[in-house]
Amino acid sequence: MAIYETKQARPAPSGTKGLVHWLKENLFSDITSSILTILSFILLYITIPPLLDWMIFDATWSGTKEEITKDGARWIFIYEKFNQFIYGFYPEEQYWRPNLVLAIFILYTIGFRNINNTLARAFIIISFPIISVVLLYGGFGLEIIPTTKWGGLLLTIVVAAVGIIVSFPIGIIFALGRQSNMPIIRTISVMYIEFIRGVPLITLLFMSSVILPLFFPENMDFDKLLRALIGITLFQAAYIAEVIRGGLQAIPKGQYEAADSIGLNYWQTMGLIILPQALKISIPNIVGSFISLFKDTTLVLIIGLFDVLAMVTLTSTDPNWLGFETEGYVFVTFIYWVICFSMSKYAKSIEEKFNTDHK
Amino acid sequence: MKKIKKEPQENVAFYNNPEKRAIIYQILALAGIFIFTYFILNNMFINIEKRGINTGFDFLSSEAGFGIVQSLIEYDESNSHGKVFIVGLLNTILVSAIGIFFASILGLLIGIGRLSKNFMISKLCMVYVETFRNIPILLQILFWYNVVLASLPSPRQSINYFDSIFFNNRGLYIPKPILESGFIAVIIAFILAVIACAYLVKWARKKHDETGEEFPVAWTSIAILIAAPTLVFFVSGTPATLEYAQLKGFNFTGGWTLIPELLALAFALSIYTATYIAEAVRAGIEAVPKGQKEAAHALGLKEHIILKKVVLPQALRVIIPPVINQYLNLTKNSSLATAIGYPELVTIFAGTSLNQVGQAIEIILMTMAVYLTISIVISIIMNYINEKIKIKER
Amino acid sequence: MSELEYMIEMNNVNKWYGDFHVLKDVNLKVKKGEKIVICGPSGSGKSTTIRCMNRLEQFQEGQIVINGLELTEDVKRIREIRTHVGMVFQHFNLFPHLSILENLILAPTWVSKKPRNEAIETAMHYLERVKIAEQAHKYPNQLSGGQQQRVAIARCLCNNPEIMLFDEPTSALDPEMIGEVLDVMVELADEGITMVCVTHEMGFAKKVADRVIFMDAGQIVEENTPTEFFENPQSDRLKLFLEQILDH
Repeated sequence: MAIYETKQARPAPSGTKGLVHWLKENLFSDITSSILTILSFILLYITIPPLLDWMIFDATWSGTKEEITKDGARWIFIYEKFNQFIYGFYPEEQYWRPNLVLAIFILYTIGFRNINNTLARAFIIISFPIISVVLLYGGFGLEIIPTTKWGGLLLTIVVAAVGIIVSFPIGIIFALGRQSNMPIIRTISVMYIEFIRGVPLITLLFMSSVILPLFFPENMDFDKLLRALIGITLFQAAYIAEVIRGGLQAIPKGQYEAADSIGLNYWQTMGLIILPQALKISIPNIVGSFISLFKDTTLVLIIGLFDVLAMVTLTSTDPNWLGFETEGYVFVTFIYWVICFSMSKYAKSIEEKFNTDHK
Repeated sequence: MKKIKKEPQENVAFYNNPEKRAIIYQILALAGIFIFTYFILNNMFINIEKRGINTGFDFLSSEAGFGIVQSLIEYDESNSHGKVFIVGLLNTILVSAIGIFFASILGLLIGIGRLSKNFMISKLCMVYVETFRNIPILLQILFWYNVVLASLPSPRQSINYFDSIFFNNRGLYIPKPILESGFIAVIIAFILAVIACAYLVKWARKKHDETGEEFPVAWTSIAILIAAPTLVFFVSGTPATLEYAQLKGFNFTGGWTLIPELLALAFALSIYTATYIAEAVRAGIEAVPKGQKEAAHALGLKEHIILKKVVLPQALRVIIPPVINQYLNLTKNSSLATAIGYPELVTIFAGTSLNQVGQAIEIILMTMAVYLTISIVISIIMNYINEKIKIKER
Repeated sequence: MSELEYMIEMNNVNKWYGDFHVLKDVNLKVKKGEKIVICGPSGSGKSTTIRCMNRLEQFQEGQIVINGLELTEDVKRIREIRTHVGMVFQHFNLFPHLSILENLILAPTWVSKKPRNEAIETAMHYLERVKIAEQAHKYPNQLSGGQQQRVAIARCLCNNPEIMLFDEPTSALDPEMIGEVLDVMVELADEGITMVCVTHEMGFAKKVADRVIFMDAGQIVEENTPTEFFENPQSDRLKLFLEQILDH
């Protein structure tokens, strides 16, 4: 038998902590590791400095085209064409309209989060689409700007926003349909979802831009943008349906049973009990799906719409500014990367919040 | 005991009976679909007639009248649209196969690299994934095509590797092997080598069962697969020559040309899809509980046995389904070739042929049917495999 | 060849996680055939201590000698030591993609290089010992927790270790299954194997242990025979601990 005196905690010995130890553990733990570390540094050395030189140090940030002396990126091209990249062919004197839509969006988002009144929220949700359509397109005293003049980031955001918003309820319907006990409903849902997911988006866009007009009486003039929106929305609806189905499948059977036992019907059960939970669980994947959609909006350039990516080719065919595509592509890459990366970080932060929530 | 008389059920209105209601809903749904379909088909036929577009699949045997830059089989303008379909399909398969091959290797390396203890490697792999995943694939394709490949020198100033491989803005030129009749011996040797390796695997397993000794099967197999055909090749008098690409005038002739469109598409698809494959690989390896490795270590097993017998079998079950899904995505993404003019199925069939013939519905449906078939077949195979390798539970 | 005095020797072992001093001058000597039970509050370092013995955890200062072999950084030495030490985990850690039989013959065939038939014979022998031979061709997830843990014990025994380490072997089991696992451990103890067991099961400790050790905040606070340990705790910390666990 023995009892021992309490020992005091000591700091860790110097050989096992600190910078040198970290370097040894993480960069030079054995021969292979050391070689890889050295190769990595060599790789960084050959790529980063030239890249920075081109983008920043040797770049031309101001002045006119004729004054270009340096070898790097000529960002003045972007300044020159900036409005086209952002607004497409929208008339400059009407820029206030899309800008106003953006401002209203930000206001509404802040309002939606902070005001808990259901009526106010419903008002926000219903009025926003109407206001934005009127402002962007025209009517009610505002000059009509046909959709052929919409382009650049404006067009990209319109396509993405409409795609995301309209596909969501359709996706919910198909997700519920796929879970349904009624064989016909289930078959229709499965066939729709598997068909859309089995074909490339471009074929759907071709279908909606070429075949869709044939389905309707000839005098119905189908706006080109509308055709693209239909294609994108139908596409996204199938993918969102699968995401939501994943969420639905995670809901324990006990929830359905509890709802049944208090006398709720199908729609009440879905709307009040099941869907709120399913959607909440699926949020990270839903955001992931939105990110994919945002990237997929680039495909509209293939059917002749001028999204921000199309503007690169277009602007660099200006006879005064030939050969500036590289700067254009880099600029657009930057825009997409920032937006997509931010959305994915947002999705990850929500996911982490959930993991701590549920514990 | 008093008998409890069974009360006759009140007549439930048929629209409140859940079974009957289900039937009514479904009938309504079907009716709705029929009406809608009738409406659009009716309009469709009216419109088609008005525009003078033909119907039916006769166009598949009519002459196409346009050339195709790259084809795996013989093709010229006098061939039919049906042949255009085949050429396009083969080109789709070609670029998808190349993309799948490189994406897998790259994705595997990057996925494993993400888990490396070496700080630099794991961070670099993370940067790779975060960079290329957040840029749209179409943008990457256009970037490769319009920026990188377009800035390559002209044929007369090609980048030159060993005087046999040339890289310029018209494409990548590599020597074309011309196989003589004696080459069949090399092929036979290779097939025999494969069979030999199969037997080797069996034999090594038996030896291990009986004596517990390990035999280096992997290295030996690789050695046999390389050595046997090579030996036969030289012994039978090297029955193959290389046709080199030659610079004649302003351009190259001979050899094999990989057009810039193919290169751009292959690079972009590989790099983009590799990010998703890397994440799937990483998730699969991380999905194996830490305790598995600990128990295996505690039993004294060597690292490579732990990997082969404990970690990989469990990790692969998680990795393979999403990776197959990525292969499908890559194949679908190959359709973006339209933007740069690589002559795959969508570009030449649902593009050029459609413009010539005008029968959008038949052509687009045929194109979609190809992709759908691929998806469904792969899906069925995957489900079968998943069932077979499922970890058995109660 | 003189008999080893101690099967396990831990001399002034210290471990840090970063700057956090996790094990403070741990000194532990276990004779051959001795049964040690280690208990203590969570975070006291008891699991860490036994995991150091088969190098699942590393230590920065001190020395560990197992069966006369010093535990060093050398991979071969570590593997050799691990063949003398079997470890049973709280969460069993059976390989779910292999059958019970395959779980048991994996190490003998690949580490001890035994022929497959021999390994199967040994495996069936131990499966019978732990009374689960009829499940040999089932898969781990098809068995109950208690059955899985007994298989885990049999898996260790197939390597013929001289020392068995148990890391809270019954903590993840439903109450009605704890008994069947403890019975197997008692039988093992009776056969003379050297055992170090981290557990809260006081009944088991009283029945089987030669010594019970109390750890708190990274150090050994008190050690004694089971009777003395539970009935006459000397240190205040042990008194407090016993009050807490025996209260319900």
